[in-house]
Parts: sequence; structure tokens; C-alpha cells
Amino acid sequence: MSPALTEEPLERRAIISGVGQSEVGRRLGRSDLDLTVEAGLRAIEDAGLTRDDIDGLSTYPGMGAGTGGFAGPTSPEVQDAMGLSLNWHDGGGEGAGQMRAVISASLAVAAGLARHVLVYRTVTEGTAQGTGGRQGIGGGVGGGGGGGGGHVPRFGGFMQWPLPYGAVSAANWLAMVAQRRMHEFGLTREQLGAIAINNRANAGLNPKAIYRDPMTMDDYLAARMITTPLCLFDCDAPCDGATAVIVSHRDVAGDLDHPAVHINAVGTALRGRPSWDQFDDITTMAARDAGASMWERTELTPTDVDTAQLYDGFSILAITWIEALGFCGRGESGPFVEGGAAIARDGVLPLNTAGGQLSGGRLHGFGLIHEACVQLRGEGGERQVVRPGGRPVEVAAVANGGGPIAGTMLLTRGIR
Amino acid sequence: MVANGPVFRLLPRLDDDVAFYWTSGADGVLRLLRCHACGFFIHPPGPVCPRCLSRDLGPEEVSGRGHVETFTVNYQQWIPGSDPYIIAWVSIDEQPDVRLTTNLVDAGPDAVYCGMPVRVVFEQNEDVWIPLFTPITEGAS
Repeated sequence: MSPALTEEPLERRAIISGVGQSEVGRRLGRSDLDLTVEAGLRAIEDAGLTRDDIDGLSTYPGMGAGTGGFAGPTSPEVQDAMGLSLNWHDGGGEGAGQMRAVISASLAVAAGLARHVLVYRTVTEGTAQGTGGRQGIGGGVGGGGGGGGGHVPRFGGFMQWPLPYGAVSAANWLAMVAQRRMHEFGLTREQLGAIAINNRANAGLNPKAIYRDPMTMDDYLAARMITTPLCLFDCDAPCDGATAVIVSHRDVAGDLDHPAVHINAVGTALRGRPSWDQFDDITTMAARDAGASMWERTELTPTDVDTAQLYDGFSILAITWIEALGFCGRGESGPFVEGGAAIARDGVLPLNTAGGQLSGGRLHGFGLIHEACVQLRGEGGERQVVRPGGRPVEVAAVANGGGPIAGTMLLTRGIR
Repeated sequence: MVANGPVFRLLPRLDDDVAFYWTSGADGVLRLLRCHACGFFIHPPGPVCPRCLSRDLGPEEVSGRGHVETFTVNYQQWIPGSDPYIIAWVSIDEQPDVRLTTNLVDAGPDAVYCGMPVRVVFEQNEDVWIPLFTPITEGAS
């Protein structure tokens, strides 16, 4: 632990006492609020609680942020729909990645502001995008080809810098991260493909996953190019679904009918510039800072981790996170994942065991948090990781975000 | 060869803090906001120098030369009707930690590489001069 940390990190007073997930699918045609309530009630039941026990509510990003289907319902909508009476509530899109909602809930519980916080993340991007395909941020505005007629709005803020150049999607920005890693470290398409193929193999064992058919390297390399060097299978699968977790005080851990998932440490740092194109090190961006700050808050080390659920909105992000969390040295993640053995369920670092976002579906960070809890509780069924010697999963690392957005958590299995 | 950009350019608003940047190309010169106290180039523009916190700032000419830090050839039809085009992050030679998101023009995608020297050119769209970058060829000025 960092010398600056003279007492136990406050987040360690919190546990994830329950998890719940709605139906997940490509285009469900259900409302985001409907899906959220389904996930929320499942999580409450899983924690052995009732609706009336919930006194906190938190979400990411809230308030209609982003493109259609991205934000999910606001916390006031969910509070009202579920009839919650709250001592603490929070929602927002700025902070340590999507999991900022879980991190703030853990601190609220530690501070005594709430006892049991329902935390949710809901997407209906599959339905919102319909059959028209994925749009960029601000994309669609200039659609229709020539753009000759009609009034087209102009842009201010940070999107004024990429939009004139058709750099309208994080796919473009992260493709440039990948290209830079090819230049500096010799990253190959086959190494990116190892992430996609690993996640697809795991998705085959997850009944809720969006894409479950096996994928070969030939399949991967033959996919259409989106923005070099990223092809279709380097990009996650937009979907509909809600994920919820209950964050509770650790003093209820013994009341659960399953192992508690303890929050051991969180990583929230953003020490470089908060910008996609101005961040000092293109090859790492904020993952570097979030990862480092997490390890400063724990006596555990990367070799203690039994499974990693690392954000794969794009394959290159998982590549980046593997290094940022210290599972290999700088520039070494390409060779580390090559061939897939190290990241398979029986490898040294079982990765994205429910299929991640590439094949499991773009549940936007929370699918990864959910799977970390499933694995720590030993409830993975066919895809459950068992460590050498039959040891159960005891430590899981979760990472959310990409570019200048990053958050991490280290979760541990409670002793029942 | 690929296109010099998307078929249709979404344009920035000429807000007070950035109007100098987006119109700088009217006389063919790239300008960046610079701190007169410590010499730091500030991009995107802000009200204060993030290095020394001075408010004595103003646009200053730069050479327009830079290097390709990284790039991508975009194929996805985010803006329907677009042919493939090259997006790049170009570092500015006067202060390489300033990077501009841009398109590379008159550049073959197979000839582009990280570290390639480039120079600015401008493309006027309405009242905006979009800074683009093109390879510096051997022997050219």
C-alpha cells in the first residue's frame, strides 16, 4: 500500500451483497425502465433483502447522456418506479469509468449515508440503433450523403475537434491507439484477434451472450474493416439489458446465503490530461493511472488475481488494461495474449469469462462487474474458473473504460 | 489513394475562444494559443495557462510542421457516402505534446507511418478553415 495510506481504505467497508441482470438481447423492444426494474428486483432478492431495505440508489451516466439507448433511465425515474425511499442517491457520467456508480456507492455505505445501495447500468442501444447500424457520437447529423440541404448544427466543446474530420466514433480514436501500439510494440492483428476469439469461446458458455457461435482466426481476419487496424470483431456488440448490484455494509456479509464479494480496493486516478488526443501516452491513456492507483490501495498484487474482467468495448482496450493492471510488462500484452492460452479459462489470467462486451454484449462495464461476482461466488456453471489445485476464484480484477476514462476495482471472495 | 476526408464535414461553432483557430487558415498560417509568460502552447484553448496559470495568452503563429503520431484509415459509413479517409493525430513540431486530430490529404494509406513528417494545408468550408496535413516530400520546402 502507498505510504500515504495510513488506514484501511474506506471502500473496504463495502461488499457487493447481491447481483441481478435482466433479459439481455440484441433488440428486445422493452423499455429501459422495465429492464432496470427487472434487474433491480433480482439483485435485491439475491441479496436476501426486500425493496424496503434499499435506502440508496446510484447509476451511470443518468440524465439522457449520449446517443440513443445509451443512458438508461435516470435515478429519479427508477426511484419512483420501484417506490424507493432513499437516504442517498447519485447518478452521473463523469468519474472513474462506468463503475464510478459502484465506487461512490461503496463510499456512501462506508460513510453511513446508506446501508444498501441499488446500483444499475442499463442500455437499450440495440433497439435504439435498429437495423440502421451503429452511429458515431454526433453521427447521423450530417447523414444523407452530400449534406447540401437543410440546416446542420455546428458543434462546440470537445467534439468540435474530431467531428470535422469524420473521427466521429471511439472506434476511430482507439484504432489510433492500436496503430501506435503496432508502431511502438509490434502489436499484430492476430494478437487483437486473440482477445476476440477468447471472448467468443467464453460467450459460448454464457446463455445470455449475444454472439455464441465459435470464431476462428480466419473468421476474425476476414471480417470487414471498420477503421484500421480494427475490424468488426474488434468492436463490441450493441445490445439491450440492465445489470444491477447491491452495495451493502460488510457487517451483513455473514447474513448472505452466498459468499460476499468484498471490495478490496478501487482505482480512480486520472493523472494525465483528460483528453483522447492530448493524453501524454497514447498507448496507455488513463488505464495506466487508474491501475496504478488501485495497487497503491492494497497489499494484494497482480499475481494474486484469479480472473480479470477487463473492459473490451474494443479489443485494444483489453490489451491496454492487461498492462495497466500489471499482468505483464509495458508493451508485452500482445505476446501475452497471442495464441490465447494465457487468457483462457485455464490460463494464468482467465479473461472476460462471460464473453466480455465483444461477444457477451455491450452492457457497458457492468456486465464485467456482474461476471466478476459470479466467478467469485463460484456460480459460473460451465464457464466457472477453477484455479490450479482446485482452488476457487478468490480475487478478481475489474476494469471499466477506455481512453481518458478509466476505473478499476479489486474484488475478493468472502469467507462464509 | 483515399479521400481527403469524409464526404461531408461537420463544422465547429466559431465560439469566442476558438474562432481564431478555426479561421487562422484564411492567410494560410496555423496559429495556436500561447502563454506569453512561460511560452507554453495551450490546446485546446483555455482561459488560463495550465502550466504557469498566467492569463497573459494570445494566438501565435506556428510553422505548421508536425509529425504523424498515429493514424487510422476509416472505412465505416458513419457519414454515408464517404470513401475511405485517413484520420491522424499529428504532433506540432514547436511543442510535440500538442496533438491535432486531422485528416491526412494527398497521402496513400500504405505510405503513411507513425513518425511521418507533415505540414499543414487548409480547406475552407463556409467560414471555417479546416487544418489538414499533407506529407512533406523529399526536397520540398
